[in-house]
Amino acid sequence: MKHLLSIDDLSVDEIESLFATAADMHDVQRREVKKLPALRGRTVVNMFFEDSTRTRSSFEIAGKWLSADVINVSAKGSSTSKGESLRDTVLTVCAMGVDGLVIRHPASGAAVQVSEWVDASVVNAGDGTHEHPTQALLDAYTLQRRLGSLEGRHVAIIGDLTHSRVFRSNVQCLTKLGARVTVVAPPTLMPSGIAAWSAAAGFETSYDLDAVLPEADAVMMLRVQRERMSGAFFPSAREYTVGYGLTRNRLALLKPDVPICHPGPMNRGLEIAADAADAAQSVVLEQVSSGLAIRMAVLYHLLAGEEA
Amino acid sequence: MADPDTDPTRSDRTVLDARDISRALTRISHELLERNKGATDLVLLGLHTRGVPLARRIADKIAAVEGAPVAVGELDVTMYRDDLRSQPTRRAHKTALPPGGIDRKVVVLVDDVLFSGRTIRAALDALADLGRPSAVRLAVLVDRGHRELPIRADHVGKNLPSALAERVSVRLAEIDGTDEVTIS
Repeated sequence: MKHLLSIDDLSVDEIESLFATAADMHDVQRREVKKLPALRGRTVVNMFFEDSTRTRSSFEIAGKWLSADVINVSAKGSSTSKGESLRDTVLTVCAMGVDGLVIRHPASGAAVQVSEWVDASVVNAGDGTHEHPTQALLDAYTLQRRLGSLEGRHVAIIGDLTHSRVFRSNVQCLTKLGARVTVVAPPTLMPSGIAAWSAAAGFETSYDLDAVLPEADAVMMLRVQRERMSGAFFPSAREYTVGYGLTRNRLALLKPDVPICHPGPMNRGLEIAADAADAAQSVVLEQVSSGLAIRMAVLYHLLAGEEA
Repeated sequence: MADPDTDPTRSDRTVLDARDISRALTRISHELLERNKGATDLVLLGLHTRGVPLARRIADKIAAVEGAPVAVGELDVTMYRDDLRSQPTRRAHKTALPPGGIDRKVVVLVDDVLFSGRTIRAALDALADLGRPSAVRLAVLVDRGHRELPIRADHVGKNLPSALAERVSVRLAEIDGTDEVTIS
């Protein structure tokens, strides 16, 4: 593995191997000395051209716990705000001898483009509305720890599909691992052309949340991404909640102990009620600790071995 | 199975068979008990891959003698190796310490073959990150020489002088379906 750009590039074996490494990395979080020397002398740069708390800090901690030197570059306060192009910024940073480049960018395809410019290993930490592979890996890993094998399990993904890179990566990852996936969204937030994609990739679509919830073995709520919305996709926040929010009443429709995921940040009261977010079966915080383990595993697999 | 010493299709030679291995582990178990004056505060840590079943076997033998279970765990040193950069990515294994941890315990590292000593160097570094044992000892089934570091074993099943080019293979029932040590 040289880069991690898309779930599509990963074989089932590679995903399982990342999960196995992540399981070992998970134990490090409980240790007194949270440090492994595997990436000593390697340098990782986090380049974030979009706001982020959990992904960036998670990659930063993951790199540091593996003893890599980690540097953060964000768009605000970098030369980008002076008008430097993405290519020049990336080449400048890589000229400092960087081994790994973790990049988040608002443009879909940015990570793939960057990987063609540089020698460093590139990790896509979210590119526009395209992909967010480490999020999909950590979601599948979290669910696998809760449910055992995902083969034949039914996962419902609900919310703002149009603007969601998490959903695009997750559908690929979950179906690769044998899960049955149903995606639910209001018609205005269902991506155009999804009928052809769902037929080819083998997942289902629905507009009726109340019909899907009783059937689900796991529920994944997505954030309503207002910052990416240029027009009005639904009449009001309240109307969205009534139709597609995971409310207290809908919680009762779920089978007992069905894990509830949310990639965060949560809009409490909009797509997820506090009763659901804080329910015993909510795995939101478990996702965060899994995310750290998965990102350690990804950095280890990309950077520890001999150069490809 | 044909006798490996007379089977012309096999180029390797058996140096320890199942009974030899069992006897060596029994002796190591008694040596450990004698040296430690009993099984209290003893923690056996098997090194992946074949040190793990060896540690369990020694633990079983000690338990049979002492009449009480002895703490046993497994240690993975992949992240601590000094050759990570010169090989394809190695798959890590599980590190599992017994519930009591290793602080103030006598830790016995158990491995199948002692060769360059680099695995043990990595294991000592790994231990330092996991706690502070009162003492660390090393038990190996085979010591084949050719050390590259100032490391020696406290308990050895068999000293096996070997040429650098020779290959020593340990097979254990739990992993390989049979118990034997061969050299080829």
